[in-house]
Amino acid sequence: MDRANLNSQLEHLQSKYVGTGHADTSKYEWGVNQARDTYASYIGHYPMLSYFALAENESIARVKFNITEKMLQPCGPPPERTD
Amino acid sequence: MFLYNLTLQAPNAVNQAILGNFSGTRQQELIVSHVSRIELLRPDTTTGKVHSILSHDVFGVIRSLAAFRLTGASKDYIVIGSDSGRIVILEYNPAKNVFEKVHQETFGKSGCRRIVPGQYLAVDPKGRAVMIGVDVGFENPIFACLEVDYSEADQDPTGEALKETEKMLTYYELDLGLNHVIRKWSESVDPKSNMLVAVPGGTDGPSGVLVCSENYITYKHIGAATLTVPIPRRENALENKDRGLLIVSGVVHKMKNSFFLLLQSEEGDLYKVTLDFVNDTVNDIKIKYFDTVSVAAGLCILKSGFLFVASEFGNHSFYQFEKLGDDDDTPEYSSSDFMTNDGEPLDTKVYFKPRPLENLLLVDELTSMAPLTDAKVLNLTDEDTPQIYALCGRGPRSTLRILRHGLEVTEMAVSPLPANPTAVWTTRLTADDPYDQYIIVSFSNATLVLSIGETVEEVTDTGFLASTPTIAVQQLGQDALLQIYPQGIRHIRANKQVTEWRAPGGRAIVRAATNRQQVVIALTGGELVYFEVDDSGSLSESHVRREMSSNVNCLSIQPLPLGRKRVRFLAVGCDDNTVRILSLDSSTCLEPLSMQAISAIPESLVMIDMPDQISEGSLSTLYLNIGLQNGVLLRTVLDQTTGQLSDTRTRFLGARAVRLFEMNMAGNPAVLALSSRPWLSYQLQSRIHLNPLSYEPLEFAASFTSKQCLEGVVAIAGNALKIFTIEKFGQVFNETSVALTYTPRRFVVNPIHKSIAIIETDHNTYSSQEKKKALKALGFDDEDAQEEELDPAVFGHTRAQPGKWASLIRLVNPSTGETTFSLELEQNEAAFSVAVLNFAVDANQMFLAVGTAADVTLAPKSLSSGFIHIYKFVDEGMGLELVHKTPVDEVPHALLHFQGRLLAGVGKALRVYDLGKRKLLRKCESRAIPNCIVTLHNQGGRIVVGDVQESVHYASYLPTENKIVVFADDKAPRWISCSAMIDYDTVAGGDKFGNFFVDRLPKKLSHEIDEDDAGSKSVGKGYLHGAAHKLDLLAHYHVGDILTSLAKTSFVAGGREMILYTSFLGGIGIFIPFQTKEDIDFFQTLEMHMRNEMPPLAGRDHLSYRGYHVPVKGTIDGDICEQYNLLSGDKKRMIAEELDRTPAEIQKKIEDMRIRAI
Repeated sequence: MDRANLNSQLEHLQSKYVGTGHADTSKYEWGVNQARDTYASYIGHYPMLSYFALAENESIARVKFNITEKMLQPCGPPPERTD
Repeated sequence: MFLYNLTLQAPNAVNQAILGNFSGTRQQELIVSHVSRIELLRPDTTTGKVHSILSHDVFGVIRSLAAFRLTGASKDYIVIGSDSGRIVILEYNPAKNVFEKVHQETFGKSGCRRIVPGQYLAVDPKGRAVMIGVDVGFENPIFACLEVDYSEADQDPTGEALKETEKMLTYYELDLGLNHVIRKWSESVDPKSNMLVAVPGGTDGPSGVLVCSENYITYKHIGAATLTVPIPRRENALENKDRGLLIVSGVVHKMKNSFFLLLQSEEGDLYKVTLDFVNDTVNDIKIKYFDTVSVAAGLCILKSGFLFVASEFGNHSFYQFEKLGDDDDTPEYSSSDFMTNDGEPLDTKVYFKPRPLENLLLVDELTSMAPLTDAKVLNLTDEDTPQIYALCGRGPRSTLRILRHGLEVTEMAVSPLPANPTAVWTTRLTADDPYDQYIIVSFSNATLVLSIGETVEEVTDTGFLASTPTIAVQQLGQDALLQIYPQGIRHIRANKQVTEWRAPGGRAIVRAATNRQQVVIALTGGELVYFEVDDSGSLSESHVRREMSSNVNCLSIQPLPLGRKRVRFLAVGCDDNTVRILSLDSSTCLEPLSMQAISAIPESLVMIDMPDQISEGSLSTLYLNIGLQNGVLLRTVLDQTTGQLSDTRTRFLGARAVRLFEMNMAGNPAVLALSSRPWLSYQLQSRIHLNPLSYEPLEFAASFTSKQCLEGVVAIAGNALKIFTIEKFGQVFNETSVALTYTPRRFVVNPIHKSIAIIETDHNTYSSQEKKKALKALGFDDEDAQEEELDPAVFGHTRAQPGKWASLIRLVNPSTGETTFSLELEQNEAAFSVAVLNFAVDANQMFLAVGTAADVTLAPKSLSSGFIHIYKFVDEGMGLELVHKTPVDEVPHALLHFQGRLLAGVGKALRVYDLGKRKLLRKCESRAIPNCIVTLHNQGGRIVVGDVQESVHYASYLPTENKIVVFADDKAPRWISCSAMIDYDTVAGGDKFGNFFVDRLPKKLSHEIDEDDAGSKSVGKGYLHGAAHKLDLLAHYHVGDILTSLAKTSFVAGGREMILYTSFLGGIGIFIPFQTKEDIDFFQTLEMHMRNEMPPLAGRDHLSYRGYHVPVKGTIDGDICEQYNLLSGDKKRMIAEELDRTPAEIQKKIEDMRIRAI
């Protein structure tokens, strides 16, 4: 497989699946993607969502809302660009 | 080790609930999802009861459900959005009582991922497309979404873009002509918006959506004015004014010419929302407080005027609407009052006064044990079988539930009789009677006839002979009655004309078996005589008699199917340990067909026809049930053509001889078996169940049908006549509950006094003292507050601020269920762990250790101080007395009795404490655990420590050096939620992702460690940033729900030991260890075939579901094996051939596994 083909395949994956890494993925991007994936998984798994709701003594809908809101900027603002 | 997993009680929390006409009849039904199980509920609108019709495990995570109907059709289909990366459409088949997959479309990867849809579902009200819906009548379907575009905010380090990021309401239109979706309209909404509710459109209403956000509800639609109304808040002196109020669920109810919405806030308050509109223009939205129910995961309003509330925690409730809240004095708020001139809504808060239910009436409840936080299997009340003690529920709705194995019995009447009766029957007067008319009670020397009407009264002019005991009673032919007594048979015609048949001189009738057309009697000495009803309605004796080789002990005749005149089989149980099948054909009358030798003398026989729902049509199987004198029940299949007996199932019921009675239960024929406790064998959802009843021992029983109670039982216990019914079929546990105050966390049992000590802790809640203080500060005195107190079980405790805790310690007497002692903690302390122990200095005194922490905040984690309280048990274990309180530096999450001392996991430190005069004395400490100790176990000198994140660690205590050494740990990280030491070397545990695992220390290593007193081998050299040695993984299995307790136990007296687990959403299950290699091979192959022949309904691959995070190891899924019974006959045979067995043998093996457990 030649390099051009590999690259185009990678680009295809990156456009199709949000969060697919590339050679220049920064720590921030990686962290943000991981956090968003984690939160999405929490919301999808109802037992986990209700487990959190019990610990926080909130309604499940409130916990879900909080987690969804956190997905907007889970790791704070992005770092200043250096280049 | 190889394990077999079986669910005993499926989790009963509901995460989705939908309404529809799934059977295709006019009746509305509910479909609820219990995360991995889908259940059809049918509310009976006349009685208000909700019945479970079908429950099916889909081996996947159901994230969303929707019902849709094709235009013009009358039947609803079910759309499931799950973790399978597929969308599945199911249809309910009422004839076969199964869900059938109509369509399955794959669109993405499996798993709950951010990039694969499945979390939200909405359907076009006209059933043409599925997404999130806005009702537009028959225009092109439009779907509305709440969206946030974060790409800008991700790029801007200054945070400016974040502030400018808006939440958008976007309409997508599906162009039916082009089959293409376009983004039609988008408008920004409140950034705190969390939910959309579609407003009916077309001819039903103005169309559009209600956007629910914190504190406000907004109406939006293309080209329409935005209207906003605040959500009324509860009047409460202690209200936290900064806290927003969210809408958590909502439902639209359409009536003939109007519609309204019910929205529910996170406090559980329901609001009725109505829209004022002219044509398509909405002028006003109005909101008013309706009633308060538990916070719902789903709301459904039935056309017949009922509301189903699927609670997020605790029991689900079914309410009837008494009023629609139209004409009461509850204040109503309207959007027109809250608009300023420029169209911006005012920033105001409006209030209402909560009150007990006024518009709704509770008619039924469905049990839900969620959240189940801790459980233990113990026999504290000295019964035949152990009980499960479980901590359930949250906040003021929490309970301690005591579960006993057995069906719940509802007693309807108890009436004492003058003497001890020996037998009881019920009978109709004519073949067409819908209900029983007489109860006939036989005593040792007399017979009593009672007539069933408004009351039950004795009648004397029935034609029955009262001066003799009775052997059998039967409604015969069209309208005659039959009484069989030792000296003869009395045939009573409708006109009270009596014909008698007398037993031959010197011989008496000992046994009889009857149906509506045929009668067989056994005379002393073992002679059988056969009678039949002839065309003129009289009873004629057959010319054939048969002498049996030994005494006849019991008789049973096949039940008469509708429209038939005669059945073929008679079963005779003889005291030479045999059961014989005789023919009743006129040509071969009373000739033997087959014979079966059994292990003891048969006491009772019953033949019943059970429908075989899965094989073709209305075919049924004839079962012969044999009760033996040694307490064993046999169930065998009787071949309807040859009369041969095959496929025998055996079950020990109790110490007494088993008497059997034919019943009608759960809509099918059933058998009641009486031994030292009553049992019921019945068919439910295509499976035959055999469950004990939670009731006293009975001597004799008969089925009882009346207008009030269609499937009742009348029975004799001592000198009392009892009438009862069974309602909750399929629920193998019945429960008694003790109400608690706050969310229970853990409990322990005082082994000497058998009292239960529970710790209850609620976050974000005022303790009763704090509440008083806060009220006083606001100028309320105590009496005012008392008067206005609302029942917290309905309205919840007043919410405080994060970091506020309410907590108490409670002692419960398990036999009476009463709280004997309770102590509320002060100074914002919260209890997290508890242990019962004695100290070496005074071995006879029991102490309770409670680990608490003050001023805990959850995120970021902090506390002012941790404490270990030591209490002394006083008053025979019914009370506590504080000895002292020892401050510690972290939250003590785990406490354990350890060799006359206290072993405590305080944060990441593992310490041994001894009892001192003023406080606990620290004896030794280990800091080898990485994060936080959550579970502790010990056997001998070995300690097993569960870490919150890094799985289990094995440690040993070296007394010579007074040191704790961690010598082995797990190879994988696991977020431990519970664990149990199975034996000295083995530990089983559960993690917060819903996995179950078993780890074992290699035998050789275990010996070496034990012989190594100096600890040099144990310490070794750390390996891979952990302990020197690693544990072996023996089993791994994804249960699908967070495990909250594990216990090695034996549930059947003298049965094998197994692992019982409870899960967070209220499930109870077991892992049974296999004993032979053959069984493992058999079930492995069966499981493989089941995966192929019956792939899970939601489209998830079974193997990858059970191996969600780690591949399945050493465990077989018994639940999918049990679905073998649901396969079609062809597939059953095909799999059976592959396994070199018959389908019956496979079913027997599956059933045996379950019987072994419970």
